[in-house]
Formats: sequence, structure tokens, C-alpha cells
Amino acid sequence: MSDTPLNGATPRSSGLLSGWTATTWATAICLVLLAVVPPVSFYAGQPFHVDLATRLVCLSIAAVSLNLILGYGGMVSFGHAAFIGIGAYSVGIPAYHATYGEFDLIASYNGWFHIALALVVSAIFAAITGAISLRTRGVYFIMITMAFGQMVFFLFVSMETYGGDDGLTIDVRSELPLIDLDKPLQLYFLCYGSLLGALFIVHRMVNSRFGMAIQGAKGNELRMQSIGYNTYVYRLVAYIISGAMCGYAGFLLGNFTTFISPEMMDWTRSGELMFMVILGGAATLVGPILGAVAFILLEEILSGFTIYWHLPFGVLLILCVLFARGGLMGFVSQWGRRNG
Amino acid sequence: MDWTLLLIQMLNGLQLGVLLFLLASGLTLVFGIMDFVNLAHGSFYMVGAFVCASLTFFTGNFLIGVILAIPVVALVGVITEKIVVQQLYARDHLDHVLATFGLILCFDTLVHMIWGAQGIAVPLPKWLDGQVELFGGIVFPTFRLLIIGTGLTIAFGLYYLVNHTRLGMLIRAGASNRTMVSALGVDIQLLFSLVFALGAVLAGLAGMLISPITEASIGMGNEIIITAFVVIIVGGIGSMKGAFIAAMIIGLIDTLGRSFLDDMFKVFMSAPAAETSAPAVSAMLIYILMAAILAVRPQGLFPPKVR
Repeated sequence: MSDTPLNGATPRSSGLLSGWTATTWATAICLVLLAVVPPVSFYAGQPFHVDLATRLVCLSIAAVSLNLILGYGGMVSFGHAAFIGIGAYSVGIPAYHATYGEFDLIASYNGWFHIALALVVSAIFAAITGAISLRTRGVYFIMITMAFGQMVFFLFVSMETYGGDDGLTIDVRSELPLIDLDKPLQLYFLCYGSLLGALFIVHRMVNSRFGMAIQGAKGNELRMQSIGYNTYVYRLVAYIISGAMCGYAGFLLGNFTTFISPEMMDWTRSGELMFMVILGGAATLVGPILGAVAFILLEEILSGFTIYWHLPFGVLLILCVLFARGGLMGFVSQWGRRNG
Repeated sequence: MDWTLLLIQMLNGLQLGVLLFLLASGLTLVFGIMDFVNLAHGSFYMVGAFVCASLTFFTGNFLIGVILAIPVVALVGVITEKIVVQQLYARDHLDHVLATFGLILCFDTLVHMIWGAQGIAVPLPKWLDGQVELFGGIVFPTFRLLIIGTGLTIAFGLYYLVNHTRLGMLIRAGASNRTMVSALGVDIQLLFSLVFALGAVLAGLAGMLISPITEASIGMGNEIIITAFVVIIVGGIGSMKGAFIAAMIIGLIDTLGRSFLDDMFKVFMSAPAAETSAPAVSAMLIYILMAAILAVRPQGLFPPKVR
């Protein structure tokens, strides 16, 4: 992947608005479509499309967060779904106690409290697991992050109070000032705004000194270390930021589905997130969003045809790995170069 | 403490450890020689269980079912290697992980198409279905004892194969320097196919052995494969000895933790607190163990010397 020139690698497209290359166009079109299509189809009497778009945007945020460490940092985390779960249960557990009593300390419907809880717990979990797993490299890192993700999965399975395997229904959505999350369009625009925020954070980070150090460590860790960078600390900080961002995506997803279960942090979910990143184009700003869009639309379309839709889906994933390196954004930038 | 129960649970732990070893040995062999990460390894476990179930019903005998199912799983392994895996050897681990993740979806759906969504319970022959009395009046299911025996025999067989045969010599040579082995005129592609099929058979056998206890079900491999990963991480990826020892440790700790942790917790906390916290901790126990071992030894207990 790293050998394909992608967004950020070509000097002309390094700024979001400086020089409109094919990748910048793709970014803009993608974001405008996400802003326009859901409200239009909502008022055209297709509220289902808004649900689809909300799920898509939530997963996009998770994919963008994963891209920060996987794409730019070269850390192949296979446990990112755990953060989604942590974020979602940060809504579910306080709301559960606010409804059914006990644990007054965390019982609350307050959205700010839910967000803070999601961010803090995700960050702490990322700090602990990251500190251990970042000591290893390559395939060890993949498997260890996977195992830690599965650890959280089993933790929530074993917590009978919160439904265990059967999951937990969120009776009351998070209460935030000015917006009402029970209104689909308001929830959608909260998610969409959050996605823009996440993109902005990642864009700024990647082009900062910090981001350069992360990308440098991906390219050649020894070189970064020998010019005086403590790559371990840089990676750990990136891992924590990514985890917290993904926890926030979980907060949104929990508010959207209003039903949360350990199933949403199963390791296959982490695999799907990874696929969104790779399918769209790792280490590109909007690649993960394109990947998430393609992934979820494919899922919707294929599952409409047959109950065995996982088979063509799996075959497509394999073909994608074998023949479409650089992902969708790779195609876009190739097309852009060919057509001037 | 109830000593009989402790011994029985230790035997159960040993049985889990043996199954984990069957899975982990294939993973670690394939990784050691081909530098290939196979997430779909658990699919062979599932395929083994289903094929064995069908053949048991067809022939009316579980043991014949197992014997006939082994070549079928080997064939599935070889076909998988030829069609997909071979294209991936030159790629990085990320591509391995993604492509084999796609393979899992394919396998799960194919099994769904062939055998349906329901799990299949596999009947045991009468002489295996009972219990035997061991030393000291301990009564233990015959079949679980058979699993332990089979697993240990295979572990010994693998040890002999890797350390004392020509094929084993090639396997060890391939693990330390692939390019040199092929430069010496060994058909490395054939060796890869053989090792991959061997790994598939070992995983398939584990699935066949567990199917009378848990039944063959879709996705059964996806749960246990993570535990097998924990085993090879703890043992050191690529090390056969590490896989064996780690499998036994993890099998024992997981089983004993699930049955005795609440009693242990009651020693230093109130009974209700122990009742709620013990299941959570025992569910995470092997991961905590993994984290502790990695904090001290990032390459696992027995990292292979040459890589």
C-alpha cells in the first residue's frame, strides 16, 4: 500500500483546498453527497435511507480513527471494535442505572457525561493495551490487539447485569442541549458533523510534526529513532487518540441503534472496520469513508439478493486484496493522473 | 477444597489444552515456514466437524467418520492453498489477514449452504459414550479421555515428524531459510502445500474430536481461533514446543479459572462481590495472562531462534 502515491504523498494534494486534484474532488463530492442525500431522501419519504446513512457515518468515524493508526502509522490494530463497544456501553450503562437505580455515581442521561465516559474509558483502555501491544511488531501486534479486543467482548458477555450475551436496550437516548437525538435527521447531522470534526482532527494531525513522526516511524522506525524520536511514545499517543475517537463513534452508534450487545465488538467487526479502511484506501483522508460507503452499500445490495450474500462478499474481499491495492482512492488518484 | 473436582477439572483443562494444541500447531507451522498468517485456520476446524458429522451419519460409526473425514479436510486445505493462499505468500501480513478474513466469510457461507443453519450433534458409539473410573475413584467421560490420548499421541508424532524425519528436516530448514532451501533444489511449493494441508488436517481433527461434545456449528472456529492465537503468542510464534506448553497452560488456566475463581475470590471479598466479579475475571483470565507474559517477554515464552 505504501508504495502507491496517495493523498498527502503528492505535493499538489497535500492541502485540503490547495490545488483541486482528483483526490480532493473525491473528498469534496463524497462529503457533499453525505450532507445532501440523507435529508433529501428523508423528505422524499424514505426515512430508511437516513438510518442507513447514520450507521454508515458512525462506522466511517470508526474507520477514520482506525486509519489514523493503520494507514498513517502502520499499526495493524485488529481490535478496534472493542472501542466501539466501550463507547456504546458508555451510553447504555449510565442510562440503565438512571432508569433502574443502583450505582448513582454513574447513573445519568446526560449526553456530555456519556461522551466524557466514552472518551476517557476508551483512552484508558487504549493506553493500557497499547502500552503492552506496541512493544511488539508485525504479526504479534495484529494478534495481540485482536486478543485484547476479544477480552472486552468476553468481559461484556460475562456481565449478566447488563444483559450479557443478549445485550442491553437503551431506553432513553443521551440528552444533549439544543438537539434531540430521537429525531433521525438531528441525530444524523450530529454524526455527520462529528465525522467532519474527526476528518479535521486527522487532517491536522497527519500534517503536523506529530503526524510526520508517526508516518516516519511507519516508513523506517530505526531511522526515526536514530534522529532522536521516541517512536514508542509517538505510537502510543496515536493509538490512544485513535481509540478515543473510535469510542466516540461507539457513543454515536449506541445512540443510533438503542440496542447494544457484545456482538458489536466481536473480532469479525474489527475485521470489517479494517476492510473499510483498506477498501477505500489506507493513509488517505476520505478513503475510509469511501470504504465504509462501499462496504455498507454492498452489504445492503447483496443481502437483498440472497441470504448467502456473505459468499460473494467474501470472494469480493479476497479479490480486492489480490488485485486492488491502494483501494478506491488508489483508483481515483490514478484516474486523476491519467486525465491531467 | 474438593480434590476430586480439582482433578476432574484438571483433566478437562488438559482436554481443552490438547484441542488448542491441535489448532495452534498448524497455525505455528504455517507461520513458521511460510510466514503466513491464517485467520481462516478456524474454518478447517469447522469444516472438519461438519464433514465428520455427515460421514458419521453415512457410515454409522464415529471412528470411521473421522478416518474418512481426514483426507477430505486435507483436500479442502490443498485447494484453499492452491487457489488463494499461494497468491499471498509474497504479500505482507496485513494482506494475509484481510484475504483470510474474506475466506472465513466464504467458508461459513458454504457450510451454511451445504449443511444448513442448524448445528449438527454427532452421536458417539456406545463404548465411547460412557464413563470410566480412574485412580482414586475419579469418574471421567471415556470420550474426553480419548481426546486427551489422541492429542498427546499426535503431539508426540509431530515432535517425531519435525525432528526425526526427512520431511521434518525440510520443514525446519524452510523455517530458518526459505530461499536457501529452494536454491538447494527442494520443491518449496510442494512443501508449502504439504505443510498447509497438515495444518488443515490438525485443525480439522480438533473439530472432529469436539463435535460429539459441542456439536458442529457455523462459526465454531471463529471463537476458538482467537484462543489458539493467544496460545501461539504466549508460546512464541513459530515454535512447536512453545505451542504445546502454552496450549496446556492456557487450557488448564481457563478451565480452572472458570470453576474455582469464585471460591478463591470469596476468601478475600464478600460472597455477592465474588459471584459478580469472578465470571468477568475468569472470562478475561487468559488475556490477562497473555498481557503479563508479553510485558516481560514480548516475543513469547519460546521464540524460535532463527527468523
